Amino acid sequence: MAKITFIEHNGKEHTVEAANGMSVMETAVKNMIPGIDADCGGACACATCHVYLQGEWAEKLAERSEMEEDMLDFAFEVQDSSRLSCQIRVSDDIDGLVLKVPEKQF
Amino acid sequence: MSGQAVETDVVIVGAGPCGLFAIFELGLLDLKCHVIDILDKPGGQCAELYPEKPIYDIPALPIVTGQDLTERLMQQAAPFNPQYHYNQMVTGLKKLDDGTFELETDGEMKFHCKVVVIAAGGGSFQPKKPPMPNIESYEGTSVFYSVKRMEDFRDKDILIVGGGDSALDWVNNLQPLAKSMTLLHRRDDFRAAPDSVNKMRELVAAGQMNLHIGQVTNLHGDNGALSGVTVKGKEGEFEVPCNTMLPFFGLTMKLGPVADWGLNLDENLVPVDTEKFATNIPGIFAIGDINTYPGKLKLILSGFHEAALMAQQAFRICKPGERLLFQYTTSSSNLQKKLGVA
Repeated sequence: MAKITFIEHNGKEHTVEAANGMSVMETAVKNMIPGIDADCGGACACATCHVYLQGEWAEKLAERSEMEEDMLDFAFEVQDSSRLSCQIRVSDDIDGLVLKVPEKQF
Repeated sequence: MSGQAVETDVVIVGAGPCGLFAIFELGLLDLKCHVIDILDKPGGQCAELYPEKPIYDIPALPIVTGQDLTERLMQQAAPFNPQYHYNQMVTGLKKLDDGTFELETDGEMKFHCKVVVIAAGGGSFQPKKPPMPNIESYEGTSVFYSVKRMEDFRDKDILIVGGGDSALDWVNNLQPLAKSMTLLHRRDDFRAAPDSVNKMRELVAAGQMNLHIGQVTNLHGDNGALSGVTVKGKEGEFEVPCNTMLPFFGLTMKLGPVADWGLNLDENLVPVDTEKFATNIPGIFAIGDINTYPGKLKLILSGFHEAALMAQQAFRICKPGERLLFQYTTSSSNLQKKLGVA
């Protein structure tokens, strides 16, 4: 299990419990976090589940697959802390994850 | 509108898997089809979004890629000699007094038919417009999402944004015509075909074009005439002068003109009945992801079923008074002759 905090662009915070094995995107959608569209349902085919890792997480979870890197070309305002949340799997290791939701998905 | 209208029995809007299978079902009943799609190829989402990805829930095919499914459906439809019209979007759909339909596309084609099948899936694939401030005010004058005529770009100071095949192909094709050519991408790694990337690198090395790494944050210009953009790179912000910008950020599905044809819509989906998959306009049917009804599942297999039932009613409209004889392809020599296997 992991506690994940999503910070909306307007500053509003949502802290939710996430089940191991789900993706961070699925957790967001399940908890109706605004701003994460996930148009392709998690297939790494749309880049609309884009998030920014906060604090220490930007380095801890920095690694992206080639497929994710390719898809990030289609996201807006990509930063070093950018990840596609459908590619981050929930586990005990990411307990306390904090991420920011971008102003808009494409 | 120039030119004569193409006359046919059925116009299918969308060449995705459901539109393609509809050709087959309609063909078994001797109904001729013209198929229109905004992409430059058949297959819809399967071909555009996941050609290489395996699909596991097509009946009788434990694993099939999006592209392979498309090719098989094309093969299945081929005996009926459908006419495909790519790179066009149906913009106008009008019911005439005699109950037939007139359709117009943005490619200046006109169609006249008795039945329309809307198999538009998630909507037509249109270029993603990057949410850069004020970009709308430059669209059509300085910002373009596609190249219809290369000549229009002669002697321009062109900025192309993107890292895939579209961006690299146009860099290579337009550089000889342009006054100046700049490619901008968020990273120094490109998804495009290695050959295209190499050509671009050679042009950069020869001083014939510029390559910048970064993302556009602002556009500058006056009255729709672009003069330059601000780019945020690793080291900070810098300006790139240009009077023409071509952003290639991929495609997204938009409902588009389907919304304007007088069809009932329920959250961008077209409600239909489950006997004929008919819309609120007699003669217009909707199959596949674009429709909705109690219990609807957005599955390709559902669209296949919907196409079969729709075809029965399409027959009654196109050939009123003719007897519809239900036949099996396994036993009917008549059907087998049409399929070219008898």
